[in-house]
Amino acid sequence: MNQLQNFTKGLLNENPILVLVLGTCPTLATTSSSLNGMGMGIATTFVLIGSNAVIALLSNVIPDKVRIPAFIVVIASFVTIVDLVMQAYVPALYETLGIFIPLIVVNCIVLGRAEAFASKNNVLTSLIDGAGMGLGFTLALGVLGAFREIVGSGAIFGYKFIQGDGVLIFVLAPGAFLALGYLIALVNRIKKT
Amino acid sequence: MAKTESTFRNMVLSLTLISMGASACLGFVYELTKGPIELSILNKKLDAIKQVVPEFTNNPNDEMFRLPTGEGDSLDIYPAKRDGEIIGYAISTYTKKGFSGNISLMAGFNPDGTIINITILEQKETPGLGTKMAEPAFKEQFNGKNPAEFSLKVSKDGGPVDAITAATISSRAFCDAVQRAYNTLQKGGQK
Repeated sequence: MNQLQNFTKGLLNENPILVLVLGTCPTLATTSSSLNGMGMGIATTFVLIGSNAVIALLSNVIPDKVRIPAFIVVIASFVTIVDLVMQAYVPALYETLGIFIPLIVVNCIVLGRAEAFASKNNVLTSLIDGAGMGLGFTLALGVLGAFREIVGSGAIFGYKFIQGDGVLIFVLAPGAFLALGYLIALVNRIKKT
Repeated sequence: MAKTESTFRNMVLSLTLISMGASACLGFVYELTKGPIELSILNKKLDAIKQVVPEFTNNPNDEMFRLPTGEGDSLDIYPAKRDGEIIGYAISTYTKKGFSGNISLMAGFNPDGTIINITILEQKETPGLGTKMAEPAFKEQFNGKNPAEFSLKVSKDGGPVDAITAATISSRAFCDAVQRAYNTLQKGGQK
């Protein structure tokens, strides 16, 4: 598999949200608007790239029996860095995402990529894999957030184009499940043809 | 390079080294972001204060004092002064009666207790319903009113406050928070 394929597989064929269906908890919770979804996606992408690269670098040194604790320490460090940096420079976004930033630590996608990919591949390949997966995650969250924002509050990127309320259920939790379900169905249909 | 074997010595050594490396990185990032984080928290507070009291020349954050609410805790009060004269108080108040969790507000009062303006610091109300408390249509009905004669009750409870449609609980909570700020300030004034 060449590097380009390695990068693009995260976008559609192995998209972490729409195909692997991992990390659905932050997906459902943070996509009430497109900006929130994308902010969450970018934060996760940074953690994915960083932890994939470091874990690929260290994979030979880490004894097998303690690999999971070691991976988690690396991942948690990157998440804390993101947490501090966001708190310092984008306080508004940090506040909306709230608890879901620290919770990136337990995101299945991050540990999943570390275990299934980064620990068996070299640094460059793992880095590209992390970037592709992260971008796929960001895209899925962005699309889902945009859809929920357009239908739910009649706005896009915070810019309101219809007066009054939209279909409120799409801003609330049940709408997240509905929208994600239909998005997955749509992607499955596209993949079949 | 061969894979490190899972002997006890190797496991302890590798975990210790990784943890040490991680803590060193985090310490560095913490030092780097400490200043900006404090600054952004302070700016947020000052922005809220600016919205609820007339233009001031002092630094309300430095002159902050606390008054007891009479319910076992206290509220932060930021006096706004122009040329040494008090022109208003910004009070950071809260309520536990929100529909989902605490709501905190910054309420601005004239020295005589009239509400100048109110802004929301934190709320987790239902999007599209309770969150409308942040909209001018609801919160501006309090501006220029004195809780001494304007009772802070929604019309369902026999008061003059127009509640948000389908969010009476949130509206009541909002009134509760403002009432708490007013009571605290008035009691402080008597001392």
